[in-house]
Amino acid sequence: MQSEFFKIMTTEEPAFKIKTGNLPVLKLHLHTTDMLQLQKELALRLEKTPDFFADTPVLLDLSAIAGLHAIPDFSGLTSFMLKHRMCAAGIVGGSEDQRDAAAKTGLVQFLSTGVAPKKTFESTPPLAESPVAKQIELPGFGQESPVVELRPTLVIDKPVRTGQRIYAEGANLVVMGVVNAGAELIADGDIHVYAPMRGRAIAGAQGNESARIFVQGMEAELLSIAGCFKVLENEMSENVWAKPAQIRLEGSRLLIEPMLK
Amino acid sequence: MAKVIVVTSGKGGVGKTTTSASFSSGLALRGNRTVVIDFDVGLRNLDLIMGCERRVVYDIINVINGEVLLKQALIKDKNCDNLYILPASQTRDKDALNLEGVGRILDELKESFDFIVCDSPAGIESGAFTAMYFADEALVVTNPEVSSVRDSDRILGILAAKSKRAVEGLEPVKEHLLVTRYDPKRVNAGEMLSVTDIQEILRIPLLGVIPESESVLQASNAGNPAIHLEKSDVADAYKDVVRRFMGEELPMRFMTEKAGFFKRLLGGA
Repeated sequence: MQSEFFKIMTTEEPAFKIKTGNLPVLKLHLHTTDMLQLQKELALRLEKTPDFFADTPVLLDLSAIAGLHAIPDFSGLTSFMLKHRMCAAGIVGGSEDQRDAAAKTGLVQFLSTGVAPKKTFESTPPLAESPVAKQIELPGFGQESPVVELRPTLVIDKPVRTGQRIYAEGANLVVMGVVNAGAELIADGDIHVYAPMRGRAIAGAQGNESARIFVQGMEAELLSIAGCFKVLENEMSENVWAKPAQIRLEGSRLLIEPMLK
Repeated sequence: MAKVIVVTSGKGGVGKTTTSASFSSGLALRGNRTVVIDFDVGLRNLDLIMGCERRVVYDIINVINGEVLLKQALIKDKNCDNLYILPASQTRDKDALNLEGVGRILDELKESFDFIVCDSPAGIESGAFTAMYFADEALVVTNPEVSSVRDSDRILGILAAKSKRAVEGLEPVKEHLLVTRYDPKRVNAGEMLSVTDIQEILRIPLLGVIPESESVLQASNAGNPAIHLEKSDVADAYKDVVRRFMGEELPMRFMTEKAGFFKRLLGGA
């Protein structure tokens, strides 16, 4: 084991590496299963900015139509999209039947962000297919369970030091130790720091505008919620500096408020 | 069980080699079998400060490459019976210092020594990483200035994440803060960070404070570790550091301004 490790350490670069990555991707949210209407509206939209989607992979987000029984004509849609130089790479969300139909046309199924793989999915089909279950299914109620499986909060009980970056993917982040200048906290949910916060805090990293940041000692260099950020040089007011504070978004304004009034 | 101690800082010129020399001498003076290793391949100067540069024949790279036996490369210190020096190479490429080879040398040294002190090069490149990788304890040498504190913070982060103990999920590396080149007068004048300021940021236990002194430079140039200086604050401070490291509880010294002659004469505070 030990010698294997060193062998890897000392040989040349390997031919490949497997890593996870977070990439931005365009999603096309389908709000109808009527493909004619969709194609008409899409053609109109693409007329205005023909190069906007040019040669970019696009995910089809089916969550808005998951409650409908109808199954979109995926092969028709993908060939229409290809004509407009959009490449449908896969789907996100949708009902089981819709996902099956998409899979048959070669569309890959992506998991929605921040949601753990739904293991219960495979174990429930008998229930979903039973006629009784279908009869009581009402439009709007057949959607995938709104109970989102949140990832457990990431708790760090050590200091976060210069050059360190902590990412709570699809989760909230709680830090018990000091966060020093040059350290970076990133969470898709909220960030709590129960110590002096001197580094950078980026909450709602995937665009959650209701995410908040709570710190016990407000000395941060940079704060960001859902991409709206503020660099703090010396302009922090007396009533929040080194004091407990809450940071939230109001419209597109980042508010830094003292926690105790 | 032998302990591996890395003397590290991130920033250069803060006193790592001076500390390695005095700290290892202090451990040896107290009867511990000690070896100090220079990891600064290409820029060796531990042997200069220890005053044994003319006796360097073989170095750590020769041992790693299997060209000589470990005991052939070890140099006995001129001041202490229990102290040996394993010098760095001046001519080799620093990449020759690989983890596997260093691990093998440390394992061999553990059989005959109580303490293995690793003098890390500056920076966070492979040399510094190799020096800290096997550490059980770390002496983080910091000067009372913002950039040095920031670099020490970075090094502490790497120790906590990438050292062997961290990677293998063992008990974390024990961290000690050593503030060097401390000048209480300039601290009071607001020109330097105070020990309290430094601790507020780094948050690791303080092992000692070494006052700024011209005698350090003279001792280094003479090839004599500062701990051997007579009637010197620096030597006393390093002796305190060693005693605290060995478990003694001593009050901190050299953190306040020395009273001037007239002040003492007049009995002022």
